[in-house]
Amino acid sequence: MSEVWFTDEHEWIRIEGDVGTVGITEYAQEQLGDVVFVELPEVGRKVQKGKDMAVVESVKAASEVYAPVTGEIVEVNSGLVNEPATVNADAAGAGWFCKIRLADRGELRGLMDAAAYGKFVEGLS
Amino acid sequence: MKPDAVTDTFTGDRGLQLEEPLIFEQDAPGRCAVDLPEPPKVAPRLGKLARRGPIGLPGLSEPQVVRHYTRLSQKNYAIDMGIYPLGSCTMKHNPRLNERMARLPGLGDAHPLLPERAAQGAFELMDRIAHWLKTLTGMPAVALSPGAGAHGELCGMMAIRAALDDRGDTRRRVLVPQSAHGTNPATAVACGFTVDPIPADAGGRVDLAAFREKLGTDVAAIMLTNPNTCGLFERDIVTIADALHEAGGYFYCDGANFNAIVGRVRPGDLGIDCMHINLHKTFSTPHGGGGPGAGPVVFSEALAPYIPLPYVVRDANGFRLVEHDGTGKSFGRLKGFHGQMGMFIRALAYMMSHGGDGLAQASGDAVLNANYILASLKNDMTPAFPGTCMHEALFDDEFLKGTGVSTLDVAKAMIDEGFHPMTMYFPLIVHGALLIEPTETESKDSLDRFVAAMQALARAARAGDAARFSEAPRFSPRRRLDETAAARHPVLRWKPPAPASEAAE
Amino acid sequence: MRYLPLTDTDRRAMLARIGVPSIDALYEDVPATARLKKKLDLPDHLGELEVERAIGGMAAKNIGAAGVPFFIGGGAYRHHVPASVDYLIQRGEFLTSYTPYQPEVTQGTLQYLFEFQTQVALLTGMEVANASMYDGATSAAEAVMMAMRITRRNRAIVSGGLHPHYLAVARTHARFLGFELDAGAADPEGRETLAAKIDENTACVIVQYPSVFGQLADLRALAEACHEKGALLVVAVTEIVSLGALESPGAMGADIVVAEGQSIGNALSFGGPYLGLFAAREKFVRQMPGRLVGETLDADGRRGWVLTLSTREQHIRREKATSNICTNSGLCALAFTIHLTLLGEEGYRRLAALNHAAAVRLADRLCAVTGVTPLNQSFFNEFTLRLPKPAAEIVDRLAERRILAGVPASRFWPDDPALANLLIVAATETNTDADFEAFGAALAECLR
Repeated sequence: MSEVWFTDEHEWIRIEGDVGTVGITEYAQEQLGDVVFVELPEVGRKVQKGKDMAVVESVKAASEVYAPVTGEIVEVNSGLVNEPATVNADAAGAGWFCKIRLADRGELRGLMDAAAYGKFVEGLS
Repeated sequence: MKPDAVTDTFTGDRGLQLEEPLIFEQDAPGRCAVDLPEPPKVAPRLGKLARRGPIGLPGLSEPQVVRHYTRLSQKNYAIDMGIYPLGSCTMKHNPRLNERMARLPGLGDAHPLLPERAAQGAFELMDRIAHWLKTLTGMPAVALSPGAGAHGELCGMMAIRAALDDRGDTRRRVLVPQSAHGTNPATAVACGFTVDPIPADAGGRVDLAAFREKLGTDVAAIMLTNPNTCGLFERDIVTIADALHEAGGYFYCDGANFNAIVGRVRPGDLGIDCMHINLHKTFSTPHGGGGPGAGPVVFSEALAPYIPLPYVVRDANGFRLVEHDGTGKSFGRLKGFHGQMGMFIRALAYMMSHGGDGLAQASGDAVLNANYILASLKNDMTPAFPGTCMHEALFDDEFLKGTGVSTLDVAKAMIDEGFHPMTMYFPLIVHGALLIEPTETESKDSLDRFVAAMQALARAARAGDAARFSEAPRFSPRRRLDETAAARHPVLRWKPPAPASEAAE
Repeated sequence: MRYLPLTDTDRRAMLARIGVPSIDALYEDVPATARLKKKLDLPDHLGELEVERAIGGMAAKNIGAAGVPFFIGGGAYRHHVPASVDYLIQRGEFLTSYTPYQPEVTQGTLQYLFEFQTQVALLTGMEVANASMYDGATSAAEAVMMAMRITRRNRAIVSGGLHPHYLAVARTHARFLGFELDAGAADPEGRETLAAKIDENTACVIVQYPSVFGQLADLRALAEACHEKGALLVVAVTEIVSLGALESPGAMGADIVVAEGQSIGNALSFGGPYLGLFAAREKFVRQMPGRLVGETLDADGRRGWVLTLSTREQHIRREKATSNICTNSGLCALAFTIHLTLLGEEGYRRLAALNHAAAVRLADRLCAVTGVTPLNQSFFNEFTLRLPKPAAEIVDRLAERRILAGVPASRFWPDDPALANLLIVAATETNTDADFEAFGAALAECLR
């Protein structure tokens, strides 16, 4: 059974074992508009919770995607390089960015669950 | 022949709007628009590096080339045609006298590496424009070499960094207002600094309390635009300069909006340490479709020792060019040769034409024109900040709320009305910003026509005439272009089509 | 004042609508101490005639390149620009237009820049080129920084044949960004070996082709040596006409090619404005500085062009931009592309052949002067001579006779006595046999 958690920078992370799959939320892709390019980290790179991990570009803006947890990148979704539109079409599924092997499960306690994130987004509009 | 689906004419052309293919689509091998003599037979000395194989350049005749570029020109909007109200760009009239002066024999055909005695007139001209810039700004030193505004920013911030290095000071934090143009933080980072943003207050100016809180002995500099990107004069600028100097930091001023105050206020009297000047904004050198520009930088006494190479000096024997650093304090060279001489000539012709009296009149008229637009449109559109403005008027998109029409849509509808849109979505601190800078070279009639059009569009949006906006532009040489596709699958050059036999397979 | 349309009647009516008594009232935010009370020490306005007299007076004190025997190169060259170029670039729709941020009403600019990008890629033998930069020197520095971003290394090896201004600009950036430049001594004879210096910390090697001394070298071996160690080869070209006769840097394995485009379409203008060309392999395009024009379709399905990949640029990425560059050299790029279109394949190649032939004839004439020895076995239109005396004073004496004899190496390297007797000379299609004879005879006299 996998758990999904959310950050206040609009990243989601789905945990399976000690690996988390990371993407941006539906709200984020809507705000960005048409995604034209995704800059993914290399496999093997160590990332820090809250720090730069990837970049997602639309025509008029480039946004940082931050690592929701500390760990090591074990896989990236290289399909996004040729089809960045997937992020718009299916941000929560096929538009995933990368997978992180978690260094510290405890960090998940600071993240929001789906209900809390939903409230957070409502508060923004 | 069937009529074209888009234009409903047979040719696909419509009236004076003429379609024009790429030069590569008009190639006839062997054709040439220049008559060059047969090269004399010599034993080549190219060291076996002679080019093999064709380059791929197309061959056209002179009439075709002239027609090609004439047709392309007809697809462009320009100042010569109408008001170009881009905020912070200062799209003023570009006098043709400037063009004639830049092409004078002895200037247009002067090589930068002439022996010094054969270039005294060129140095004199550089010295003369340096004098005008120093006098207008009240600053003792100037670097002429930067090739554009952003290059001038780099120059100013590099001098600050050099000054800090010289006194062994390792402070690296640079304060930049959130309303600043993106070149400011990019420049700071390029000089090894870190950027700390300062918010604006409710009136659109730097939040003085926030500035004081962020100030510390690790602050290397502030980068302030004045008048700022909201078109407002920073009232507290002297207070800010004093506090900053007391903390040991330097004041970089972005001079993009100098047109509001030239001839009336000297930035040196406000406490700045350096300021770049856009000759292509304040001093009328043409924008040329994106360049070339020129970005000379004026400096205070504190920063003068660090200015880049080369620079002109005058002694008993005449003018000299200092190209190699004697004192060891210059931070180095920023560009090949000596700077954008062609733009110095044009700007000097402009300065001499206006004189000190004309420049003060010009800045006053620029501010008057912007306020006239602000006062005329404040009931139909929503000014971003209360009160009067300087040389540019800033609105937000509050007046479009509930209409389904965005700032972008308004801009595209303006194109159908025969105008180039104003600056949009800048500064970032204002939602859906519309920034209008008419400049002093617009007549009252021109402003009245512009105001009438903006009023009509604002009212049409609120009346629910959404199609006028969503379909716009309908009448320009091209309609809205797919920028997403251009970025997802970039096509950045022409390539010859695949041979027919491959296509058939 | 001829550029100011407002009348006093206009001003009164406008002030009334705004609701302030005077223009001065609009400056109330200016601190009182900073408001100018008296006139600045500047002359009053002038009519066109007086401005022409003043500036004309300054122009008359220089020796222009027209009508004198002229042999100065050193990174900027005298060429003939066809009459059509200057007329076309002064069309108001080109001259007084802005950056094409509203593509629907700037398709003229965007189409010529797309054609320009294609031409630059063809000349340099590369896959993609940008819409131009300030000049060759700043382009070279940007190329070195781009190589560092791509390889994530921070050391560059610099050839002793690179134009000293190009090296100096790179040094300025190196100082502030903290990267390392390993610059060899000046290499007038083309003898340096750079391959041995490349290691796993090398981001790139940068060479000039032809070198500042006019030397030619096959870059293929150097390109391989770079790639073996994961480094890039950056090639700088200061005389773009040379690529009409020489193998392209791209064909020899270059990864980034930068050039000074002044020779085509653009006046000497005492050093600026000039034109930086920048081309690279397609896989590096997202690391390229400067503007890029891309093809697309409009809402009616018609072909058109837009600025693209803008998110690299400073107005969007701000602190994280690939560079702080905001502008390209627009009108200079237009002059370049018009001139190159007039030349076409035949004209460009013939122009290059004329340049090389002129340089060969010049070399023959000058090397016939006693005491003058050539350093180059091969060259395009510029080469280096060793004189029996310091070259700078020879150049000054010849200038007194209105012969502009080239660039003494000491102009670029004032502190290197080994270079003091070297003279770098250039010849182009604008030189005649009478020029060569005048130079040869005068040089012989000065060396007696």
